[in-house]
This record gives sequence, C-alpha cells and structure tokens, in this order.
Amino acid sequence: MKSRHLLIVTPLVLSVLTSSAHADIKIGVDLALTGPNASLGIPYRKGLDAFPKEIGGENVTLIILDDGSDPSTAVKNAQKLINDEKVDLLIGSSSTPAVFAIAPVASSAHVPQIALSPVELGAKEAEWVVTIPQPGSIWIQPILKDMAKRGVKTVAFIGFSDPWGDLCFNSLKNAAPAYNIEIVADERYARTDNTVTGQVLKVLSKKPDAVFVGGSGSPGALPHLALAERRWKGPTYASPAIFNKDFLRLGGAAVENVMAATGPVGAYDQLPDSNPIKAVSAEFTKWYETANGEGSANGFAAYSYDAAKIFAKAAPLALSRAKPGTQAFRDALRAALREAKEIVGTQGIYNFKPDTAYGVDERSVVLVKVEKGTWKLVQ
Amino acid sequence: MDFDIAMLVTQDGISNGAIYAMMALGMVLIFNSTRIIFVPFGDLAAYAALTLGFFQLHQRPGTIWLVLVLSLVAFAIEATELVLRKATRRIWRPAFHWLALPCLPSAIALIVPADLPLAAQSALAVAIVLPIGPLLYRIIYRPVANASVLLLLTVSVALHFALSGVALLCFGPEGLRTQAFLESNLDVGQFSISSQMLMMVIAAAALSAALYFFFDRTVAGKALKATAMNRTGARLVGIRTHSAGATAFLIATAIAAITGVLISPTTTFYYDTGFMTGLKGFVGATFGGFVGYPAAVLGALVIGVIESVSSFYASALKEVIVFGSIIPIVLLRWLAAGSATPSDEVEEA
Repeated sequence: MKSRHLLIVTPLVLSVLTSSAHADIKIGVDLALTGPNASLGIPYRKGLDAFPKEIGGENVTLIILDDGSDPSTAVKNAQKLINDEKVDLLIGSSSTPAVFAIAPVASSAHVPQIALSPVELGAKEAEWVVTIPQPGSIWIQPILKDMAKRGVKTVAFIGFSDPWGDLCFNSLKNAAPAYNIEIVADERYARTDNTVTGQVLKVLSKKPDAVFVGGSGSPGALPHLALAERRWKGPTYASPAIFNKDFLRLGGAAVENVMAATGPVGAYDQLPDSNPIKAVSAEFTKWYETANGEGSANGFAAYSYDAAKIFAKAAPLALSRAKPGTQAFRDALRAALREAKEIVGTQGIYNFKPDTAYGVDERSVVLVKVEKGTWKLVQ
Repeated sequence: MDFDIAMLVTQDGISNGAIYAMMALGMVLIFNSTRIIFVPFGDLAAYAALTLGFFQLHQRPGTIWLVLVLSLVAFAIEATELVLRKATRRIWRPAFHWLALPCLPSAIALIVPADLPLAAQSALAVAIVLPIGPLLYRIIYRPVANASVLLLLTVSVALHFALSGVALLCFGPEGLRTQAFLESNLDVGQFSISSQMLMMVIAAAALSAALYFFFDRTVAGKALKATAMNRTGARLVGIRTHSAGATAFLIATAIAAITGVLISPTTTFYYDTGFMTGLKGFVGATFGGFVGYPAAVLGALVIGVIESVSSFYASALKEVIVFGSIIPIVLLRWLAAGSATPSDEVEEA
C-alpha cells in the first residue's frame, strides 16, 4: 500500500516542484479592443504577438483584457490583472485617458508598467511606468522647425476634446514661443463627431498661416476633409497618432500635402542605411505584413513591437536577480527597464531615465508629408 | 460672426438637423406605436451605411449572416409556439414570414456579382437591413410588450450595446465613407448649397408629412396609435397588436436604413457612429414632445443648429450644450403640461 501511495505522490510533488521552478512570467495587458479607440487598440493587440513565448527558460504568458475604450473599465481591468492574476508586468493601454487612469494603480501596487500611449506623469507614477511613444515636446520640434522655415507666424489648433487633444495643444503651446509662433485658435471636436464645419470656420476666420490638427487614427482625418471643403490651401500639420492606412483612405485627396511628425518606422525605407532603426523597422514590417497582409503595417503595432523588444532586453536582467511571480522580480524588472541602454526599436532608440516615463530622444522623430497617398520623408 | 459664416454655420446645422430629424421621426414612430424608446435606432442607420460601404469595397458585409441568425431564432420561437399549441400544420406561415422573407435580400446579395451599380448596391443595402428591426422586435420586445416604459427603455439600452458589439464583429473598427450620389453643389447667389444636404432636408420633410398623414388619416395608422395608447382596448376592438409592433419597426427600420445610405457619402461611419446621431435625434424628438411628427422634425433641426453654432463659439463644450438643452426643454414642457401623452402607464392594468 505504501509504495502505491508513493507512486501517486511522487509525480505530484515533482510537478509542484517543477512548476515553481518554472513560474511563468505573467504579463497583464489592457487595451481598447472595442469602442471608439478600437481602431488603435486592435493594431496594438496584433503588435503584441511579437512578445517572446519564452525567455531565459521561463514561459511568457499574456493575459489580454478589453476596456471598451472606457478608462474606468481600464482601472477595473488593471486591478483584476494585478490582484487576481498577480501579473509581473502591466502593459497598456491604447489611449492616453486610460493610461492616465491605470498608471496610479500600477505604481501604488508596485507593478512595473509599459504604457503604449504618451502620458505626462508625476514622479511617483513615472517611477513604475515607462512609455513607448514619443513625448509631445520631442515630436513638436520638427513641425515647428518646418513652420518657421515657411515663415509661419500664426497657427490655429483643432483637435480632440480629450486628453490626447490637450496633450497635442499643450505641446504646441509650450514649444511655439521659442519659434515666435502665435496660436490664434484652440478648437475641439469629439472622436465620434460627424462634422467639424463650425470649428473649421472659426479656425479660418482667424486667418492663420498654418493649421495644426491634434487628432488620432481615422477620426483625425475629419478636420482635413472639412478644411479641404473650405478650400484651405495653407500648410497643415498633424500629430504622430494618425499613422495608419485608414487615415489616408478616408482622407483621400484632402490629406494630400499634410505634414506630420512620426516615428522613423513611418518612412523607414527612405532612411539612410546607417540608421540602425531602418533594419529593425524593415524586420517589423516584414513580420507584421506576413501575419496581417500586405500594407497592414502601422505605427501602433510598431509601438507594441518596441514594447516586446524592450521587454526582451530587460527580462533576462530581472530573471538573473529574482524569480517571476514575486515582488522581488517586479522590483528587479522595474530596475531593469531603466538599466537597459540603447534599445533599438522601430520608433526610436530607448534609454529610460529616472523621473520620466519617456525613453526616446530626437532620433525618434522624422517629418513626413503625404504625397500621392503615401508618406514621403521631408529632408 | 459675419454673414457668410453665419450662413455656412446655419447650413451645416440644418444638414445635421435633417439627419437628426430622420432619427427623431423613427424614434417617435416606434414610441407612438409600441411605447419603446428605441435607443439603437442610429445603430441600424450605421448598419445600412456600413453594409453599403462593404459592397463598395467588394466584400460581403457581416449583416447577411446577422439577418440569417436572427431569422432562424425568430422562426425557432414561432415554431416552438406552434408546436406547443399543437398547430404544426400552420408552420409554413412563420417559415415564410420570419425565415424566407427576411433572408431573401441577403440571399440575393450572396449571388449577385460584386460590381453592381451604385443605385442597386444602395437598394440592396437597405433591403438587407430592413428585416433587422422587425426581427429584433419579434425576438426581444414582443415577449415584454406589456411591460412598463422604463423596462422597455432598459431593454433598448442593453440592445444598443449588443448591436454595436455585433457591428464591430461584422464591420471591424475602421470607418467607411461611400461614393457620393450627387457630386454637384447648387449655387444660390454666392453660396453653394450641397445637393446632399438638400436631399436630406427634402427626405425629412416628405417623411414627416407622410407619417403625419398615415397616423392621422389612415385606418392602419390609427390602429397603430390605438395599440400604443391601450393594448388591451385595441385588442378588444379587433386590432392585431403584435403585427402592429412589427409594422412600426419595419417602417422605422426603413427610415433608419435610408438615412444611413443617404448620409454615408458625407459622414464617416464607424460601427458605433450611429449611437450619438441617434441620441441627438432623441433630444430633437423630446423637443417635439415625442408625439408629433412635424414637431419632432422642427426640434431636430433646432438641435442641429444649436450644435453647429456651439461648435463655432465653444467647440469644447458642444456636446454639453446640446445634451444640456434637454433640461430646459423638459422643464418647459413639464410646466406647460396638461395634455396627456401615450406614455401614461394606463396599460399596466
């Protein structure tokens, strides 16, 4: 009888032992896969397929939850992922409002977070959160430089009536005085609006030299359509959050000659070979388009891809110090995210520093222009 | 604001108002005949617009499968009822009404070539979406047809979330715009008026007149109205209250689908665009007291202009102004009340 017990118990004990030795690295993801932000959330999701399945002998599992484009659901998701799933790393979300909402949850629970949308965070949150996209203070520079080159003195702003619109407006407002450019209008619209005629009329009544549109994704095409309808011919600029094919498809002729700042991946094929981002971007584009079809590569999936690159660089460092599933591992991962240097991605070269969530520099942005329905690098 | 801008803003307001007016008409129609505040009305418009958009992309819209599933469910319910009543010999009736007829346009869409002319594509898109309203009524609302207005409203809100989720599944997250029916603009003096806008305004005016005539001058319309006012009473005088509801949904879905197709060249439709549009139509209908058709059209036009003017003066507060305007309206109507509306809960008994 005893030996029979032993027969049953041994594999059980073994399995318990081995499973603790191979605790998975659990990554919790919150994205907007439905709702108005889904046109960004879905490519972000597809880009996350780039995460390694295994790293340093440990399995990597992603638990993906949908917040329906609602920041309060994002908070619930983050709490669920942290408290119930005990994740080692939180990723998300796909919109600035949701990142604002979940960053305090992650930092107060001492869970590192990789955000996929740009956010300005306080020092306490920034300690636990790193964010992939370029900050407004960096991507606004090439836009303002181009404006100054064209002799633009006044610019009108039209953008979303949400934190993304605020972020675009504040970036413009903070940097414009250095170029002696005055902002003459601040008009807002909602992502779900059918028309912006009123706002565009107001913008044009101020007779600006240039217009800057702070929208994102395909809803970001609406002001360009309304401007074209009113026969606006001046220089028009857009934020980096419009890099997908649908923006060009919906905008059609109306977005021709629109200039925008973007990560290098937006026009990687026109970069010099000496730029290390070119090779990574080419690799990303090939990988993404093999899985999702010709011409499907976009800036949002590229951010996710870079998140995977950063994780792949930081995780082995953390693994050498602690075991996944423990607070020690989370602390180590947080530290490793800041220690890894010169991580080449598709959108920039990342060096995360203390006190700020951002890790990119001026190498992470290029100015491009729509010509015949595609993005062309402006030299 | 100078004269030119005032004209442009008003024109924009009226063309939006005309869209809201169509939404308001459909909502008032459904409310007057079934006491249901049909929140997902705008979703049906989006279904039609996106179905047309998919035809133009030479893809099969997911609405085809949605209609098929809904008809099967409706038929299953009808058939079960017949079996329980031991009347299986009459099964051909639901098979025709709830299965064959609703699926016919979808079946046509599956066999016709992809490159149809625009008019045929539009007609087909409307025809595919048309059965969705009556089918939803049969499956979801008929079992609770006697419930209170509040419960019916709650069901409608839930249905909206379900429908917009299904739309995401059918059409994906990206927006679509279709080819324009009429490219030209009419030049009146120095102003150009878009022919698209003119078409919407004419359609709204014609529909409100037709609905007014239908409900006040024809027996079928009066029967619908009677059903809403008092179901039991209506049944006692021989009105088929169930088919009345389905008829109202059929007419309303036609309005929604036609609106969706008409505005799809000028409006970028996303799977969830319809909701906001429908909601503003609802505010317009409230303006009109949710009873009269011409009043609803007028209310919706006022909402359109309020929206347009506020997007010029205070764009960040636009939605606040539009939806906030419902408070003084309701207050005024409440103060001026005295006339009973069909929403009085007399049918609780």
